[in-house]
Amino acid sequence: MTTTASSVASTPPTVGRVSGVLSHRWVRFGIRRLGRLLMSLAVLVTASFLMIHLIPGDPVRGALGPTAPTALVEARREALGLNDPLFVQYWHYLQGLFTGDLGTSLTSQLPVADIVSQRLPATLTLAMLGFLVSVAVAVPLGVLMGVVTRRGRGRRSELAFTTTSVVLGTIPDFLIGVGLVYVFGVSLQWLPVAGNATADAYVLPVLALAIGPAAILSRIFRVEMVAVLEADFVRTARAKRLPSRSIYLGHALPNALTAGLTICGLLLGSLVAGTVLVENVFAWPGLGRTIVASILSKDYPVVQAIVLVYGVGVLLANTVVDVALALLDPRSMIAED
Amino acid sequence: MSELRFDDVTVRYGTARRPFTAVDGVSLTVPEGQVVGLVGESGSGKSTLARAAVGLAPLHSGEILLGGQPVPRRGRVRPLQMVFQDPFSSLDPRMTIGESITEPMPPGPGRAERRAEVERLLTLVHLDPDVAGALPGRLSGGQRQRAALARALAGQPKVVIADEITSALDVSIQGAVLNLVRELQRELGLSMLFISHNLAVVRYVASHVAVMYQGRIVEQGPVSEVLVDPQHAYTRELLAAVPGSRPPTHARPARSTS
Amino acid sequence: MSRRWLRVVRTPLGLTTGLLVTAVLVLAIVAPMLWSDRAEVIDTDHILTGPSGDHWAGTDSLGRDIFFRALVATRLSMELALAATVIGVVVGLVLGSAPLLLGRRLGRLVTAGVNIAVAFPGLLLALFFAVIFGVGATGAVLAIGMASAPSFARLVHTLVAGVAALDYVSAARVAGVGRVRVLLRHVLPNIAEPLVVNATISAGGSLLAFAGLSFLGLGVQAPSYDWGRLLFEGIGMIYVNPAAALAPGLAVLVAGLAFNLFGESVAKGLGVSTVGGRLTVTDEDAASAPALSAGGTDEHALDGSPSDLVLDVQDLRVSFPGPAGPIRPVRGVSFSVRHGEALGVVGESGSGKSLTALAVAQLIEEPGRVDAARLQFRGADLREGPRAHRHLLGTSMAMVFQDPMTSFNPTRRMGGQLAEVAVHHQGMSRKQAMARAVDRLRAVRVPDPEKRATQYPHEFSGGMRQRAMIGMGVMGNPSLIIADEPTTALDVTVQQQVLDLLQAIRDEDDVALVLISHDVTVVGEVCDRVLVMYAGRIVEDLPADQLDGGAQHPYTRALVAAVPDMHTDLEQPLAVVPGRPVSPTDVIVGCPFAPRCPLADDHCRTVDPPLAPVEHGIKVACWHAGEPLGLDEETGELVEADAV
Ligand SMILES: Nc1ncnc2c1ncn2[C@@H]1O[C@H](COP(=O)(O)OP(=O)(O)OP(=O)(O)O)[C@@H](O)[C@H]1O
Ligand code: SF4
Ligand SMILES: [Mg+2]
Repeated sequence: MTTTASSVASTPPTVGRVSGVLSHRWVRFGIRRLGRLLMSLAVLVTASFLMIHLIPGDPVRGALGPTAPTALVEARREALGLNDPLFVQYWHYLQGLFTGDLGTSLTSQLPVADIVSQRLPATLTLAMLGFLVSVAVAVPLGVLMGVVTRRGRGRRSELAFTTTSVVLGTIPDFLIGVGLVYVFGVSLQWLPVAGNATADAYVLPVLALAIGPAAILSRIFRVEMVAVLEADFVRTARAKRLPSRSIYLGHALPNALTAGLTICGLLLGSLVAGTVLVENVFAWPGLGRTIVASILSKDYPVVQAIVLVYGVGVLLANTVVDVALALLDPRSMIAED
Repeated sequence: MSELRFDDVTVRYGTARRPFTAVDGVSLTVPEGQVVGLVGESGSGKSTLARAAVGLAPLHSGEILLGGQPVPRRGRVRPLQMVFQDPFSSLDPRMTIGESITEPMPPGPGRAERRAEVERLLTLVHLDPDVAGALPGRLSGGQRQRAALARALAGQPKVVIADEITSALDVSIQGAVLNLVRELQRELGLSMLFISHNLAVVRYVASHVAVMYQGRIVEQGPVSEVLVDPQHAYTRELLAAVPGSRPPTHARPARSTS
Repeated sequence: MSRRWLRVVRTPLGLTTGLLVTAVLVLAIVAPMLWSDRAEVIDTDHILTGPSGDHWAGTDSLGRDIFFRALVATRLSMELALAATVIGVVVGLVLGSAPLLLGRRLGRLVTAGVNIAVAFPGLLLALFFAVIFGVGATGAVLAIGMASAPSFARLVHTLVAGVAALDYVSAARVAGVGRVRVLLRHVLPNIAEPLVVNATISAGGSLLAFAGLSFLGLGVQAPSYDWGRLLFEGIGMIYVNPAAALAPGLAVLVAGLAFNLFGESVAKGLGVSTVGGRLTVTDEDAASAPALSAGGTDEHALDGSPSDLVLDVQDLRVSFPGPAGPIRPVRGVSFSVRHGEALGVVGESGSGKSLTALAVAQLIEEPGRVDAARLQFRGADLREGPRAHRHLLGTSMAMVFQDPMTSFNPTRRMGGQLAEVAVHHQGMSRKQAMARAVDRLRAVRVPDPEKRATQYPHEFSGGMRQRAMIGMGVMGNPSLIIADEPTTALDVTVQQQVLDLLQAIRDEDDVALVLISHDVTVVGEVCDRVLVMYAGRIVEDLPADQLDGGAQHPYTRALVAAVPDMHTDLEQPLAVVPGRPVSPTDVIVGCPFAPRCPLADDHCRTVDPPLAPVEHGIKVACWHAGEPLGLDEETGELVEADAV
């Protein structure tokens, strides 16, 4: 009952407050985003820790084989700390993570940290190159197709584009890899199909990795562009009689980009995972081959560590994308409230 | 008695750290057999109050009593029914009108009785009984809103809450729904909480009116008093803003014609 | 329902993939029965041979026929993929509908968990589970199923939340329907279609994922074989016999794509609306539309000298291509606006008000088509296309749209969006333009305009955004403001402020206004003259002060009597217009209002009345204009006067 006519007539008080905390908003966003990252990390670390314990039976016995002497198995169990209570093991695991000690390989007896740090660069390079190539292709292609096929125009090109991109986006990267190996390695013998010794050895693996995501991403950017071109604010821009360049690049593009960016994060994640298969097709000396070999030889400490590394990579990729999104689109920060 | 009483009702949304009070200590009574209009700007808490009454919004404090008893929130008997704003989303597109109307009926009677009841209700809201077999997609907005009213009546409610039931309708159809509301009130003695942002509409259907502003009721009383001699500043502003309440501007001397 | 499915099958993609899916399923059933023996017979004489007449895809390291092995492997591949899909769907359904069933707190926890899991790519999850469940077919089924569960849960959650937010679910809960019943009766049936479609797509995905795991040696183990296992064995001898890798690779590709694309085309077929199907603009536009503006041309000479007119529109038509010939939402509209005049446009939803405004402003895009006998704005012929008079339109014609929330670009600052106009059309520098923008924001009574100019649209309230939109219109020196329902999305008190602002701008600079509204009272208050539209036509053109009592057309009179105002007689029912509005796809013969008109006779039903002048400056399109009408006290329907 305290309201007066004057406060009624003026604008709602919330509007003034929002601008007052504009700078605080970044802080709040940062804290919230960091909180989510830490939460996901905690889940990830716990999951990777529990992995060994969820395996039915004795993982050490499984790794060393049924013929290994019981004394050896017991010694290994002791060395791995598997005989301690679970929470003690968890505590040791966390301590190890903070000191960079990821344990020792069951098969090679090498420190896991060394194995990972030796293999990581090759995988990172492959993933980054794949990502850059797919974005560099997808954004211009998708946006262009969006403009061409807006408002139900160019039905033929839309059909051709959609079909091609759906097909290419559906074929898993290892099949694309096998196809590329067959065509360029076996039949034409133009390019090397194994290892990463020379620069031209990068071509096929990066292609195998990038084609699928590029197809999916360009399709998404087309759809976003078409949707943005239907939006009310584009009509406003046209009502302002701005030149087409300004309408498409100045008004439509930034909005299409922000919408597509969310998918980029997911895609970057799946690209990281995609390296596992591609590395195995092209004998790429990265983490992907190591993890598969380790799963088959039941070298669990190595598997555990690599799963963790992949997981962290995916989480970081998502975080980077979210921050980029917040920079591009001021609304995305408050959308999570 | 079956009057609906809100007693110091508060509804909060949001997190514990940043609560948002949508309805703030509202007390309001819908007397038996009367239509009470509830007006206010969007976001003032009208719909939240309605949703709290039927259990769709959480009650923070206060009581909502129907005939002196708390409104039942469990079980098949619901003496408080609600009609929603958008007739295009308030009927399940995959259920026939008849099925939708049957849903709130109290358990008991057999199939034939239910069918007869559906027919009776459809006739009551001036719809062809054949409509019972149709999917809502075949009906116009006004017809759907009448079906929604019939569904609410099927629950044999003591009170019906109508939340902006005409604002999604075209003007030419709106009149028919308002006529129906008045007719139901007169012939069945229906009690109703009629929410609207349109004062002229409230004036037409309601005997009492309550004005809501920022989660509180700032003024209430008989329509003939509140709309004629408003006490609160916001009510006065609301009245001044009703189109057609001021001398039309085209009464000004004509300009520009040579 | 069935017709929509038919539409899916009619598309080339839908048909091909549908047939392929069927073929794969049939093959999965019959192949092992027919060719198991041929696939497993060991022939040590023909080890690792290339393709030949006997062995179409060659043989493997034990001399077994790879072609038949690939065919027989269909069964196991499909079984595993379907099993994994079922696991994924079931777990996903449970997790995804948990929030609805468990209530808010627990539900939020489940959702948070799903959201974290969904961030990790499926393959990574599959590897994780493969470690736990062990290497082999069973482990792989569980791994892929569990790995696809989070994304399915997310989908279910989104769909459920979407349906649960609809009023019919609220209505069911108010009616006393329990949570489980709500889920089974109202929610699941309404999300079944997207679920089935996505399960199909997911089956394709599982098939491919399985091939991936088997290819890594983590899936099916010898002597069993699925396509992935065959591929794994084949890639080892790709230099000896490429067909050993290509045959199973092709098989898995075709099957996986078939499921995936079939799902996609079903999704598209069921979701797509029929509007804008084929481009069949026929030339009968002119022929089928009645000539109604016969007297129009001469009329304008009397209304005012041409130089006095800001806008002069003759026989304006808008059409869109539709699946059954063109749709004509605006069918021959003629009107003019004088300097400083406020013209209101009223009519039911779909009567063509907005399209008329957009057509006048040259904002209708292909495939829409605008034709007019005359379309002049301040003497410039707009039929030459929007480019020809860009600067004139950019500075002299202002547009205000209905929804202030969506009409600004959300990613750009308010000031910049206003300043743009001056940069492009008035040759100002950025700095000058920004100063002008701030000045205009002040002019439309936005408080603290310097700071507001640096803010984003979402930081403005609805009413303030609409004022900023008007401010954008007056960046130049408009002689006409076209406002399409500028206050419909606003509260009554805010509506009044916006209308007052428009009025103030008009008073200051003698600006003309076209105000579109569905609210007769608003238009009556603000405007000098009112156009009443029905079914894409103007049925009455009258001075605003004639609305109450002076209107001639039965529709106008019903419209006025249907809306209660503060003086409505409480003893009388409101007027009711029976029937429904005309749809632009309807073929209209005679007067379009005839099916709903109390005065209609046979003449009305066969001959379309032209818009013709009667007394008091009114033009009306009705054969029985001004004939007395009565109100049926029971129903509120308007009736012929002597019938009462
Ligand atoms: N792009 C389009 N393609 C096909 N039909 C269209 C298109 N745009 C509008 N229409 C149709 O034209 C008719 C008139 O539309 P318009 O928007 O002008 O109506 P309106 O009088 O402004 O209605 P409202 O009061 O709802 O705003 C409608 O039936 C609509 O469905
Ligand atoms: S022409 Fe005939 S049908 Fe049309 S509005 Fe007039 S009286 Fe009614
Ligand atoms: Mg409109």
